[in-house]
Amino acid sequence: MNAYQEFSIIGSRPVRPDGLDKVTGRARYGADLNMQGQIYGHIVRSPHAHAIIESIDTSQALATEGVLAVMTGADLPEPGDSVLGGGEGAIALKDLSPMVMSQGKVLFHSQAVAAVAATSPELAAQAAALIEVSYQVLPAVTDMHEALGADAPILHADRFPDGFPEEPTNLAAHISLEVGEPDAAFERADVVIEQTYSVPMCHQGYIEPHACVARVDAAGQVDLWCSTQGHFMVAQYTAALTGIDVGKVKVTASEIGGGFGGKTTVYLEPLAVVLAQKSGRPVKMIMDRGDVFRVTGPAPGAQTRVKLGATQDGQLVAADVECVMDSGAYSGNPASFPAFMATACYKLTDARSTGRAVYTNKPKIHAYRAPSVPQVTLGFELAMTELAAELGMDPLAFRLKNAVEEGDVNMMGAPYNRIGLRECLEVASNHAHYKAPVAEGEGRGVAAGYWINAGLQSSATLNVLSDGHLSILTGSPDIGGSRASMALMAAEVLGIPFEHIHPQIAATDAVGHCDVTGGSRTTLATGQAVIQAAEQCVAEMCRRAAAEWKVEVGVVTWSQGAAHYGEQSLTFEALARRAGTMGGPLTFSSSLTASSAAPSFGVHICDAKVDKETGRTTITRYTTIQDAGKAIHPAYVEGQMQGGAAQGIGWALNEEYLYDENGVLQNAGFLDYRIPVASDLPFIDTVIVEVPNPLHPFGVKGVGEVPIVPPMPAVAEAVYQSAGVRLRDMPLNPPKIVAALQEQ
Amino acid sequence: MNKPLNKMAVQATINGEPTAFLCSPGQVLADVLRDELELIGTKIGCNTGDCGACSVLVNDRLVCACLVLAAEIEGQAVQTIEGVAEGGVLHPVQQKLLEHAGLQCGICTPGVVVAAKALIEHNPNPTEEQARYWLAGNLCRCTGYDKIIRAVLDAAQQMREEAAV
Repeated sequence: MNAYQEFSIIGSRPVRPDGLDKVTGRARYGADLNMQGQIYGHIVRSPHAHAIIESIDTSQALATEGVLAVMTGADLPEPGDSVLGGGEGAIALKDLSPMVMSQGKVLFHSQAVAAVAATSPELAAQAAALIEVSYQVLPAVTDMHEALGADAPILHADRFPDGFPEEPTNLAAHISLEVGEPDAAFERADVVIEQTYSVPMCHQGYIEPHACVARVDAAGQVDLWCSTQGHFMVAQYTAALTGIDVGKVKVTASEIGGGFGGKTTVYLEPLAVVLAQKSGRPVKMIMDRGDVFRVTGPAPGAQTRVKLGATQDGQLVAADVECVMDSGAYSGNPASFPAFMATACYKLTDARSTGRAVYTNKPKIHAYRAPSVPQVTLGFELAMTELAAELGMDPLAFRLKNAVEEGDVNMMGAPYNRIGLRECLEVASNHAHYKAPVAEGEGRGVAAGYWINAGLQSSATLNVLSDGHLSILTGSPDIGGSRASMALMAAEVLGIPFEHIHPQIAATDAVGHCDVTGGSRTTLATGQAVIQAAEQCVAEMCRRAAAEWKVEVGVVTWSQGAAHYGEQSLTFEALARRAGTMGGPLTFSSSLTASSAAPSFGVHICDAKVDKETGRTTITRYTTIQDAGKAIHPAYVEGQMQGGAAQGIGWALNEEYLYDENGVLQNAGFLDYRIPVASDLPFIDTVIVEVPNPLHPFGVKGVGEVPIVPPMPAVAEAVYQSAGVRLRDMPLNPPKIVAALQEQ
Repeated sequence: MNKPLNKMAVQATINGEPTAFLCSPGQVLADVLRDELELIGTKIGCNTGDCGACSVLVNDRLVCACLVLAAEIEGQAVQTIEGVAEGGVLHPVQQKLLEHAGLQCGICTPGVVVAAKALIEHNPNPTEEQARYWLAGNLCRCTGYDKIIRAVLDAAQQMREEAAV
């Protein structure tokens, strides 16, 4: 039962508190702050995808007038075996440090090997070109299947994943789960299908490149400004990577120009700090767009074999899923999520799920919206659709017959609480889009999706101002409107106007710890800290009113922004104005490790038309349906659903990393790595389903990640229905469709 | 601070104000706006004219400021995001983007505002398709464009209604 059942302002759509700054150009992002006396950093990057660094000669660069500092990997401590926690998962320092700067060996093209700081960006670039690096070039492997071959160059001779101790391979991780007896269960199936599906490596594609500026003062205090999904994470990672005490690192989060998981780590920040330390001047660094593609965050490419069995009446009886994922040059641990979550939407008592990750000479993969789950879901959901067709069943009816509900246990072993998959499937089945006939020449696909959603650590501090306004401090960067959600939740508890509430993102020295804005956790977990702090505020205000009226606090009630007893009342504003004489300043903090996280599910319906001459696919109609638990600000929930759908459509139709035989990315720019533009998409309809999360006071479930999970299988089926050729290898770009049509 | 010495003096009108600045011959307008004139509302997402975050008007022509040499604007009139709201009153495009929640991270928003305002000045009654093609040069990774397009069409309608009164 949720603590709050009826809402007065939750569910409304006020203008976000930071909106004015963002539509007028005043909001400050990563590259928008300058520090007095700053100089500029420039990174030297490897021209090889696999090489041993024999020597680095920085003398010429250092002798150049205007160059104030030079650094190499030798200026960073050896990573050792320590492991950092960091929001969406722990990471070993030895996997993190080389993504910032290489120490001795280069494992992917454009990996950082040295850096220069100089008095102008041009001078820094010129000086960087004077750094001489001598390489022993090694053969590179960028294809994960080749990387598992017997002749493949080995990236890490010192790494032996669990269960494979004989000799080093490029296998980075292996996980295998089994429930029941899948092999025996397949014997009971009337229909079995088995297919293999693949998804290319792609990029999060945030529009703002990574940027930061760092100052280190004479006492060794670090003052760092950067664009990030979590400035507490930046402080922790930067301290560990540079050997500075974390207590000496203050990080301020700028406004963030998109992240989608890709800004839950550091690339430039430790380098700027070391260069600032060495030069004695603040150092600003901005990553070039090409380098954003070449060295940051790609999402893993994957190949998934799916075998499903069902009885003639549409009962799913067994599943066997095997997903191979490209980890890039270091361990990004992409194998466990697909293994755990592949079957999460369906009742399956007999199933096997295997995940493997492979090292290749490409940048280490990083989190991208529901990390690794869209890839495995392409396989599972498209197989579900193919199986429904073999059974002669409606694909939504087939899913509804097998959908998980409260009490069911997925492969992670914990029973589901109140979840909304069935509700979403029912809404989809009855939606006008699904009931409308498919237009001539077009095709229609549907798919479901799941994401676990995170809880993690959050903090909030509320300061009641003397005029009855309220300042909210949290440490969760606002990536998509979360300030508005925080203000709505505080307004709901306190009963004061939304416009009187001023949410801010405080620096690491000004608010309690917050894990990254990721895992769809901010509205749930940081919101819960805000709710708790607001409840403390109400309790204190009632206590003060009771003292004023000389009554027991238990008889005082709080409603409509005021304390009440009989005919008497004291408003929030009155209590704020008199705070100094009634007990002092009204300041409330709450910190928690949220145990209220609950998974979310979504269902998408896609209509598409394939031009059989050119192979171009047009999305003609698209509907997203999702369980939000409780939508705090529905417009921003819809925005997450629409944005995630657009990213998934891009991945389905066009986005992919293209490497040449030397491991050099061939499409490192927005012209050649083409994300969806406005003219590529129709309006994206949304239906918010609300099955409240019983663990959260307001019923919130995370919403940000699920919407990227269903699009690939939904689009792929729509393309099949329109073009008449079955493609299981994304992206479904025009050349691939034309080739398939010609082959037919 | 050491800065290259071979600077050019440029005079232009920026957001209606006569402005003079020094720039190096290879410096692009986006850098001058941001670094020399502190007009940081013009964003840089790619520096290659692919993302539209640096959209500005030069003599009422919509351009990417990262593709224009600063020296080229001698004697020209430049309008940036900072010049869109007049006297503190938001342009209808800005207001409608707020009302429709047509922004999430907001990094593309200044470019979208400048481009959409130019669209409506060019075509007061754009269709959805015309708005989508006009804004095809302004990449947004957060919204799927749905609420942006709705906001722009709504702003155009409001401006038509206001003009008719």
